Amino acid sequence: MSIGVLALQGDVREHLGALAELDVEGRAVRAASDLRGLSGLILPGGESTTLSLLLGSSKLFEPLGEAIASGLVVFGTCAGLVLLANEVHGGRPDQRGFEVLDCSVLRNGYGRQSESFEAAVEVAPALGPEGASMPAVFIRAPLVERVGAGVEVLARAARPSDPEPRAVALRQGRVLASAFHPELTADRRLHRLFLAMVQSAATGCEVGVPVGVA
Amino acid sequence: MTESPDTSARTGTFAVKRGLADMLRGGVIMDVVTADQAKIAEDAGAVSVMALERVPADIRRDGGVARMSDPALIEEIQAAVTIPVMAKARIGHFAEAQVLEALRVDYIDESEVLTPADEAHHIDKWPFTVPFVCGATTLGEALRRISEGAAMIRSKGEAGTGNVVEAVRHLRSIVGDIKKLTQADSAEQYGWAKQLGAPIGLVQEIAGSGRLPVPLFCAGGLATPAVVSLVMQLGAEAVFVGSGIFKSEDPARRAAAIVEAAAHFEDAAHVAKVSRGLGEAMRGQELSALSERLADRGW
Repeated sequence: MSIGVLALQGDVREHLGALAELDVEGRAVRAASDLRGLSGLILPGGESTTLSLLLGSSKLFEPLGEAIASGLVVFGTCAGLVLLANEVHGGRPDQRGFEVLDCSVLRNGYGRQSESFEAAVEVAPALGPEGASMPAVFIRAPLVERVGAGVEVLARAARPSDPEPRAVALRQGRVLASAFHPELTADRRLHRLFLAMVQSAATGCEVGVPVGVA
Repeated sequence: MTESPDTSARTGTFAVKRGLADMLRGGVIMDVVTADQAKIAEDAGAVSVMALERVPADIRRDGGVARMSDPALIEEIQAAVTIPVMAKARIGHFAEAQVLEALRVDYIDESEVLTPADEAHHIDKWPFTVPFVCGATTLGEALRRISEGAAMIRSKGEAGTGNVVEAVRHLRSIVGDIKKLTQADSAEQYGWAKQLGAPIGLVQEIAGSGRLPVPLFCAGGLATPAVVSLVMQLGAEAVFVGSGIFKSEDPARRAAAIVEAAAHFEDAAHVAKVSRGLGEAMRGQELSALSERLADRGW
């Protein structure tokens, strides 16, 4: 199983470390040639405007888009979610994304850094038993404003300023994404789920409910 | 795992403060003095901008007391871009830091580029929700700043000179001492703590991990893509470029080239490609010609 981490900017090292904890050696992806033979790719946290520009100037945008269209399993965290979403608000008008996750996100929708926070978020059965939660760090995070009908919500969180619980982790087909940074905490459930999705994409089986242990 | 989830959100924790520094890694933070410059920086791919009234080269030239920027300028820059906006407070000037926090800047640089307000004390950074970055010339200085609550460390270098020699000295000193520290046994670590003037807990942590507990960025005298590649190969995780961009002949092109060099710092062919025909870099200064070293401010 060959897993890449987009390594143009952001917290690449934490994702490589998370993969290593799960006995997977990740590959840093900086050019189109690094995509060869990959079965899964992580889009890390970082600045989505910077990542979007660098994907273009590094000639990675089209090859990566084609790879996702032909079945590459992808996992985006924070800026990675922005790059995967169908609809992005509060971004730059020329900001490009892959538009493979049916949802709409508001960039920095939780506010500036002073509103960045950590909290325990409620998780869906794919990530744990009823009532279970996972620790989550939100850094100038994108706010998921709309979730498409075919999208599974894997975790939700409320804020004091916004008591409505919002989707903070999503899955649709071979696309997994979170508004928070699972790579910054010790909880590996989302990375495990991603690896299970890669595994079942390779064997052609549907993704079942993985073991919900951290 | 079955207890009811604690959904109470906590802001300003150390994980949240250092988290933003982690997200800036591999990127370029650019000094800007107007909203238009901030837009140019964002268009070029900057991960963040530092809102200033004067870049360090002009502070050097003009002399006088350098203070926190006008809040109106900071707000204009915040309104102009979607990327994080940082601003500088004077060393020890906790009231300027409180003002910057009230303006909801994303990071405060407690900076030697401004005129220090306190000759004995840096700001106690723990009570703040907003994270701080501080300059350092040695590992001991870096650890003292971290013990005061800094969530990011940058080399001081010698700001406003376009001369990277001091930044390289500071980086080599910090990274070199970390390497040596990993070889020290538990008794020797106490000697290191004494020699560095740093808390033993942090010394022990670094001896085990081989890296600072917060990201290490490089600042001070950076002006070309090749220099960015140099300092990142020496261990810097991201770069601050101050006067180097907007004191050059073609700021937009140079800014974009520097962003590319940070992303591809290990790929010399890529650095060569983006370095072509950038026009004149900032003029720069030999250090022996300086009347005052900004890096000597702070302790």
